[in-house]
Amino acid sequence: MNSTLLLNILRFILLLTLQIVIFNNMTFLGFIMPLPYILFIILYPVNSNRAALLISSFFLGLTMDLFSNSGGIHTTACLILAYYRPYIFKFAFGVSYEYQTIKLNESLTPERFTFILLAVVIHHFTLFILEAFQVSFILDILIRTLLSTVFTIISCIIIIYLIKPNKR
Amino acid sequence: MQQIFNFIFKNSNKLLFLLLLSVSLLLTIQSHSYHKSRIISSANFLTGGVYEEVNNVTEYLNLKSENDALALENARLKSIIFNTKDTTKVPIPQNLKGTAPEDIIVSKVIHNSYNTHENFLTLNSGANDGVKPDMGVINSLGIVGIVDKTSPKYATVVSILNTKSQINAKIKKSNHFGSLIWDGKNTGFVQLIDVPRLASVRKGDTIVTGGQSVIFPENINIGTINNIYIDNQTNYYTLNIKLFNDMTNLGHVYIIKSKDRDEVNNLEKETQKDE
Repeated sequence: MNSTLLLNILRFILLLTLQIVIFNNMTFLGFIMPLPYILFIILYPVNSNRAALLISSFFLGLTMDLFSNSGGIHTTACLILAYYRPYIFKFAFGVSYEYQTIKLNESLTPERFTFILLAVVIHHFTLFILEAFQVSFILDILIRTLLSTVFTIISCIIIIYLIKPNKR
Repeated sequence: MQQIFNFIFKNSNKLLFLLLLSVSLLLTIQSHSYHKSRIISSANFLTGGVYEEVNNVTEYLNLKSENDALALENARLKSIIFNTKDTTKVPIPQNLKGTAPEDIIVSKVIHNSYNTHENFLTLNSGANDGVKPDMGVINSLGIVGIVDKTSPKYATVVSILNTKSQINAKIKKSNHFGSLIWDGKNTGFVQLIDVPRLASVRKGDTIVTGGQSVIFPENINIGTINNIYIDNQTNYYTLNIKLFNDMTNLGHVYIIKSKDRDEVNNLEKETQKDE
């Protein structure tokens, strides 16, 4: 338990640093930016404390907002992703997900990919809706969500399978 | 009471979520209203410090483009400096005989060459300011040259340090005329040739412009006699003259309009025709 906590704190800091220092400067076509920092929420242990996840997600998003001058959009998107994570698990892995030992950072099965895809889409859609804050930009929001999702998933998979943060 | 606690305990995650969500939504909505400043912004110690560190690294990647931009900026600023006349008004010399103050154009040397045999200056006044070819250019110390060509904004000047320039000059105290030329050797000295042997010349005498040409008014300082030679072929004096001006260091100059020039030229032409 203690090592899990330590690992999560380390992951929190590492992913934020990676995001702010490297990925925030990687923009494709001027507006598509990969956001692999949400890997923290995706990789959070399945059966751990939900309240802790909510609070840490809040601060994860808040830090991102601090660095990107974006008010509260990252915070809101992270909170929504953290709150609906169990439902995404249920959708991707079946009803009895809690009794399986789900290790996301192993070989990429369709279930795991579905989970990552859904999580990224939910986060990005919320994020870009709040960023635009106008219904008339709906086409723009959808395009941004679609393209950014592609890049975020690519960067997430690269990080998971190259670095493997909790290899045992 | 028990039920309330039970409700809170049962739905603690949901309540926590709603609480945090309301905070984050508040921050979002607040950031979208233009009139309020943001609560969450990168203008603080933590983010500012991190961004400064990141920038320390990333600015190396942009050094080339940054240098290009700075070079462009430098060129622009230099062109501003060289093209605007100084706001401090340059005093026009009052002691020029035969010229009214309105006949003098104050200008500035924006390019000066002195290391070839045929040296030219560039001034930042041109035809728009009333500069015409063959006007005389002087500064507070002495003569500088003669305007060669003009464009709307600029003018080139044949420096007295040009082997092709020939300016009429005289010895101040005796009114003996000669031609001022440059032998192309030393930027501090010019030569006055064709001074008749009758003239009494002495080392240290002052040389001024003569009244024979219509380019310069009479009695503008040129320099002092430094050496006296006698030309073996022509038996005229050749005087080595030390210039008052430091031709390698020129700032503001005055361009002299000669009102009488056209009149004199026309008269001379008519006289030649009559002959």
